[in-house]
Amino acid sequence: MQRIGVFVCHCGTNIAATVDVKAVAEALGHEPGVVISQDYQYMCSESGQNLVKNAIKEHKLSGVVICSCSPRMHENTFRKAAAAAGLNPYLVEIANIREQCSWIHKEIATATEKAIILGKAAVAKVHLNAPLTAGESPVVKRALVIGGGIAGIQTALDIAEAGFDVDIVEKEPTIGGKMAQIDKTFPTLDCAACILTPKMVEASQNEKIHIHSFSEVTDVKGFVGNFTVTIKKKARFVDETKCTGCGLCTEKCPMKKVPNEFNMGLDNRTAVYIPFAQAVPKVATIDPNYCMMLKNGKCGVCSKVCSVGAIDYKQEDRYIEEKYGAIVVATGFNPIELDKYDEFAYNQCPDVVTSLELERLMNAAGPNGGTLLRPSDKSHPHTIVFVQCVGSRCDDSKGKPYCSKICCMYTAKHAMLIREKYPDTEVYVFYIDVRTPGKNFDEFYRRAVEQYNVHYIKGMVGKVTPKSDGKIDVQASDLLAGEQLHINADMVVLAAAIEPDKTARPLATMLTTQMDTNDFFTEAHPKLRPVESATAGIFLSGACQGPKDIPETVAQGSAAAAKAIGLLCKNSITCNPCVAHSDELMCNGCSSCEKVCPYGAITYIDKEFRMPDRTTAIRRVASVNPAVCQGCGACTVACPSGAMDLNGFSNSQIMAEVDAICR
Amino acid sequence: MQEAMIARAKELLADGTVNRVIGWKKGEFAYDITPAIFETPEEINKDFVYDDFTAANVSKYLVKESRREGKILAFMKPCDTYSFNQLIKEHRVIRENVYIIGIPSWGKLDAEKIKSMGVTGILGAQRDGNDIKISTLYGEEKLPFFDVMLEKCKSCKSKKHVIYDELIGEDGEVIDSNRFDMVEQLENMTAQERYDFWRAQLSKCIRCNACKNVCPACTCEKCVFENPASGIENKAAVDSFEENMFHIIRAFHVAGRCTDCGECSRVCPQNIPLHLLNRKFIKDINLLYGEYQAGADTTSRAPLTDYTQDDCEASIVHERGVE
Repeated sequence: MQRIGVFVCHCGTNIAATVDVKAVAEALGHEPGVVISQDYQYMCSESGQNLVKNAIKEHKLSGVVICSCSPRMHENTFRKAAAAAGLNPYLVEIANIREQCSWIHKEIATATEKAIILGKAAVAKVHLNAPLTAGESPVVKRALVIGGGIAGIQTALDIAEAGFDVDIVEKEPTIGGKMAQIDKTFPTLDCAACILTPKMVEASQNEKIHIHSFSEVTDVKGFVGNFTVTIKKKARFVDETKCTGCGLCTEKCPMKKVPNEFNMGLDNRTAVYIPFAQAVPKVATIDPNYCMMLKNGKCGVCSKVCSVGAIDYKQEDRYIEEKYGAIVVATGFNPIELDKYDEFAYNQCPDVVTSLELERLMNAAGPNGGTLLRPSDKSHPHTIVFVQCVGSRCDDSKGKPYCSKICCMYTAKHAMLIREKYPDTEVYVFYIDVRTPGKNFDEFYRRAVEQYNVHYIKGMVGKVTPKSDGKIDVQASDLLAGEQLHINADMVVLAAAIEPDKTARPLATMLTTQMDTNDFFTEAHPKLRPVESATAGIFLSGACQGPKDIPETVAQGSAAAAKAIGLLCKNSITCNPCVAHSDELMCNGCSSCEKVCPYGAITYIDKEFRMPDRTTAIRRVASVNPAVCQGCGACTVACPSGAMDLNGFSNSQIMAEVDAICR
Repeated sequence: MQEAMIARAKELLADGTVNRVIGWKKGEFAYDITPAIFETPEEINKDFVYDDFTAANVSKYLVKESRREGKILAFMKPCDTYSFNQLIKEHRVIRENVYIIGIPSWGKLDAEKIKSMGVTGILGAQRDGNDIKISTLYGEEKLPFFDVMLEKCKSCKSKKHVIYDELIGEDGEVIDSNRFDMVEQLENMTAQERYDFWRAQLSKCIRCNACKNVCPACTCEKCVFENPASGIENKAAVDSFEENMFHIIRAFHVAGRCTDCGECSRVCPQNIPLHLLNRKFIKDINLLYGEYQAGADTTSRAPLTDYTQDDCEASIVHERGVE
């Protein structure tokens, strides 16, 4: 016979003001199996817990029901208390009479009635609770960072600092990401390359860090502490181990008309190339789409000039498999395509550029050697119009519903830099709102307005029209003055919204992590677990989780590293015992559960069974890996025969709860 | 047709491709043709039959048969191949152990309908254009074929075999039947009318379990209705009108997996149109998640065990349920 104890918490007045806790304790005391039913002001307090512990010992309780706040708050507290008193912690059930009752009801009578029903359901469930024991699983002491931008670099450096091996997988030929393309950084205006490249070098020289550049993750198997990842090392047709990065091949390559993606296509590079001077690893890569040797077998100049014989036209994609304990996603962002924004004439007029293109135009290593010139005729622009929120904060299907967050600040930076260097250039900024929260951010923006006389105009640009004289007519509204404006501009700069990298979605599928509707990775808790994904062992770093500026990205990169280190420090991890399991005698092997499992925890095995007619038969049955299972219960719903069940939330327990509520 | 099938079956037995054959044999009466397994040419000669009364779907038998030693030859009508494909998808049959010969089906006869037209003592039937000649103890009768066709054949969805090793006769096409017409009629009823309709129908149920036993989607190692630990049986029995719950739970269990083979209604001794419950699910799935035919292939993801961003919002499902 069960001996169940019920403990009803007042939570000060949080519960007691709306729920008659004494009546709840009284009513639940009459439920079958309940031997003691008490109320107390703060059950989670030391003395409240002692009440529970003493009752477990004194009344030899076989199950405990706590009527209190959400199990997210204190389930663990009471499980620990039960364990301390010698009761299996999984024999504790929480009836949530705060968030799901007292906080949402006003009438004492109805709230009390509901609290009693919730308590009855918990008592009915605890009758069927089984003691559970958490298992353990070993941890591979190596981390994978996917993406080698500033987020990934920071995470890798911090993990390596803690003494763990870490691999960076970067799809481009060099690490560095978007920050390498940026000219200056707000709000201090220091040179991006000057602060980034030392970190890139540090990463390449750290013996704990292994950089797989020009590589992609193609498959992820396993679970927290024990991931097996397949990495595709794309053929770069250059032997990385031999290439010294001397750059002779890039000078001699006759194919010089390849759009240079590092400079946003504003100038050209050669078919064999090193993306930029400080690239890490400083190794050449041959672009097979343009290399004449690879396309039609005629040329071979680079292999002739290479003094170390690093060129290998026969190189093929290679796949390597590695084991990791933790994975950090740092896939970053891209500006959106502006094809749909005809009103801004981006595709028609070369002098309408995106902000990232402007970064390259102003950069000393950029196409114009750092002098800001119009792309169309290389003349000095005298009037520049910045358009904010191009595709951000949009409620139509063209753009993104969110604020891209970084545009207000980088536009203030651009405006200020232009006014500083070219005082004869007038700068207009059209904005919806100027958003500058952040340390020294608003001061920075105010400096642009007050010291540099940048013309900030609240209003949106309606139409950008290239004119025959090479000028650009910008038609806009000034909402504060209530008038329509026409500005005769030389250049227009569009603050394009940012979106997650396109590789993020297939990666999320491989990692079985969640994404929001905008393809940003979803954190485990928006406030309290911002760098963890909902999948154990997968952490989030940088703009893959949401728009972020550099300081925030670095902070999050380090935070993700701290979480990964916390995992790697452990020799083994305790698994959640509330996982699914399959009753092999009932399992049809139909794969329904495997199809709905978001974590890839279910596999099938062929197993020999003795059948009722004394013959043996080989049957396909489901097998759950308890270390991967997160206990979501999707499989138990999909299973047609009811073979799949969830520890701690079994089908019969849930039925018992429903019955208790409907009784 | 029957001769060609017998000849081919004997060939395949003789050359060792298969060691047994699943087909049909006559029952007590000429019109109750039942599935049967033949192991020798002699047995085939004696009992094998394929005629206008041969309607039974053999695919479910292969759940057990395909696990036995050796390969089995199975004759399948187009609708049977859908059921078999669905079983492959659910890993319930071992494809390699079955040799499938696709055979055409031009619609099958409903003996109950023939009898209800006053024709009894049935000895056999012969197609005659759009009519069917029924030979009886009392002489020959001629009836319009369509009028005495099985319900499931009247709303046939496909004459195409979706899986086979070889065909006898020509393969047909997926056809645009009006199989959802009756479902629409039910949908257009008021909630009370619909309730009355199903109460009247389901109250005829004698819980003989024929629908469950014949259903190719019902192949669980242990049926939840026979498993006291599942609690389902008890739940169904809570309501005094337990047949209600039995059929609703069953329809839910096969939702998304039912190929609409219509066997449940065919075998129901009480003539309950059970297939309409399943067909309502199929119609809703098509509407909410896009056209889907269970069993049409062996690899696609079924809408109810798949998630895509295009899936309709739960709120829409809810709104549609409100009346």
